[in-house]
Amino acid sequence: MEFLQYLSPSTQFVLFSALKIFAVFGVVMTAVAYAVLVERKVSAWIQNRVGPNRTAPFFINYLPVIGPFLVRLGIFQPMADGLKFLLKEDFTPNYVRKVYFWIAPAITVIPALMTVAVIPFGSTLGTEKMVIADLNVGILYTFGIVSLGVYGIVLAGYGSNSKYPFLGSIRSSAQMISYEIPMGMSVIPIFLVAGSLNLGDIIRYQAEHGWMILKQPVAFVIFLIAAFAETNRLPFDLPESESELVGGYHTEYSSMKLALFFLGEYANMIASSAMMVTLFCGGWTLPFVTALSTPSSSILIGLLHIGVFFAKMALFMILFIWVRWMLPRFRYDQLMDIGWRRFIPAALINIVVTALVVAFLHD
Amino acid sequence: MSTKVVARAPLTFYERTYLPTILSGLKVTAKHFTDTVFRGKTVTMEYPEERWVVPEGYRGAPYLVKDQEGAIKCVSCQLCEFVCPPKAIRITPPGADGAPADRTNAEKMPKEFEINMLRCIFCGMCQEVCPEEAIFLQKDYSLTGESRAEMIFDKAKLLKLGGTHGGVQKWKHKLEGAKAQEVFPV
Ligand code: SF4
Ligand code: SF4
Repeated sequence: MEFLQYLSPSTQFVLFSALKIFAVFGVVMTAVAYAVLVERKVSAWIQNRVGPNRTAPFFINYLPVIGPFLVRLGIFQPMADGLKFLLKEDFTPNYVRKVYFWIAPAITVIPALMTVAVIPFGSTLGTEKMVIADLNVGILYTFGIVSLGVYGIVLAGYGSNSKYPFLGSIRSSAQMISYEIPMGMSVIPIFLVAGSLNLGDIIRYQAEHGWMILKQPVAFVIFLIAAFAETNRLPFDLPESESELVGGYHTEYSSMKLALFFLGEYANMIASSAMMVTLFCGGWTLPFVTALSTPSSSILIGLLHIGVFFAKMALFMILFIWVRWMLPRFRYDQLMDIGWRRFIPAALINIVVTALVVAFLHD
Repeated sequence: MSTKVVARAPLTFYERTYLPTILSGLKVTAKHFTDTVFRGKTVTMEYPEERWVVPEGYRGAPYLVKDQEGAIKCVSCQLCEFVCPPKAIRITPPGADGAPADRTNAEKMPKEFEINMLRCIFCGMCQEVCPEEAIFLQKDYSLTGESRAEMIFDKAKLLKLGGTHGGVQKWKHKLEGAKAQEVFPV
C-alpha cells in the first residue's frame, strides 16, 4: 500500500472508484444470477416441488458429502443457465424495427445497474467510503435514473412490432409512470425527518435515532408496494403477465437479449431492496451494537457492515419472491385505482402530517 | 324464468385494505414452504431414481410370450402384422421347409418377428387379435436406444422381455382329448 501515497488524489479517486465499480458490478451480477436460483427454489418449495437439483460440474465427485448437497440445492444452476443464454440462437424476427429492438435491452439494463452507484452498502473499508458516488442528491439521482428504465420496455414493445409486446409495454409505461409519483412522494417525509438527501446521512440519522420504518411506517408501505409495481413483480406484473400476453414486452426476444431483460428486472429488484434497506431499515447498521452502528476504520468491522447490508437486502429479495406466490395479479383498473386514488393521497397526507410534526417539534 | 339476484355484501373497510387476503396468502404459502423444506413433503417424483408403480392393465410395449412349458406360443399367423395400424410388426414366416414349431400340434412358428418400437403406438390391437394369446402389452413404458436400428426389437429380444404367460394350452388339451379317443386330428 506504500505506492498509494505517491499517487495524486485524483488518481487515487479514479483507482478506488474503478475498483469499487468492478466489485459492485461483480457482486450485483452474481446476486442477479443467484436471485434467479433463489426464486426458482423458493417457488418450488412453496409449490411442494423440488426445484433445480441436477446441475453437477465434473469436479463434484471429489467432494464427498457437501458436493451432492450443493447439487441438490442447485448451486451450479446459474452457471449452466448463463451458458445456455450465451449459446442460444439470437433470433431477430424480420418484421421488427431493428434499431429499437436492439437498443431496448440495453436501455433496460443500464439504468438498473446505474442506480446501485449511490447505495452506501457499507461504512468504510480502511479510509474508503463504501459507496461509488457519495452524491448529496443521491435519492434524486436514483429516481431520475429509475424512470429511464421505462424507456427500455416501451421501446421493446414498439420495436417488436407485434401486438403482445405492444400491449405489455403500454401497460408498463402507464404503470411505471403512475407508481413513480407515490414512490417519490413517499420518501419526502424521510428527508423532512432526516434533514438531508444524502443516503449516507440518512443512515447516520437512523443509527442515532432509530430506523425510519418505525417512524414512517406509512411511507414504508407505500414505497414497498410502489417498488413491486416499479419492478414489474407480481401482483403488479401486468407488463409481462404470461397468462394473457404470452411474455409481455419481451415476447419476441431470445438468447442474450432476453437474458438482459431478466437481468434488468432482477437488478431493479436488487436496487429497490437496497434502497429500502438504506431508507427505512438503517442501511449497514444494526441497533444496540455500537461497533455495528458507527463507521469504523478496522477492515473486519467494515466487512461486517457490508455483510449486514447484504443480509438485509437478501431478506427483501426473499420478500419479493415470496409475495409472488401469495397474491394473484391485479386487474388493470384496480392497479391504477390503487396508485392514483389510494397511494397518492396517502403519501400527500403523510407529507403534510410529517411536515407539521417536524415543524412543531423542532421549534 | 325470473332472475335470481345474489346478494353481494359490500366489502368492509378492513377487507378493502387487502390485508385479509395478504395474510391468508402468507399463511398458505408459509405452510407449504415449511411442509416442503422441513417435512420433506414434495409432490415431485424424481424420475430416474424413483419410479411410479405401473397399474395392472397398463398398455406398455408389446412383447412375445412363452407358455408354461417354455414353448413359443406364436404360430406365425400374421394377423397382428395385418392389424397393426402403424405397421410396426414384421413377421418372416418359416416357409414350406422351415423349422417346425417347438410345441406339439402347432404347425409353425415365426422365423423372425420384429416390432419397431419407434412405430408402435401401444394400441393393443395385436394383443386383441392374436388367436394364440402369444403377444401381450406389458409394463415397459420407457424404451430408449442410441439408434433407430436398436429400437427394432427382434424375436429373441421380444421373447426374452416377454417372459412366460401361461394361460389355456388349447392345442395341448385338444391333443389329449384326441389321444383319449385315439383319433389323431393332425
Ligand atoms: S400395440 Fe398396436 S401398434 Fe404396437 S405392435 Fe401392437 S398393433 Fe402394432
Ligand atoms: S403373435 Fe399372435 S397374431 Fe401375431 S403372428 Fe403370432 S400368433 Fe399370429
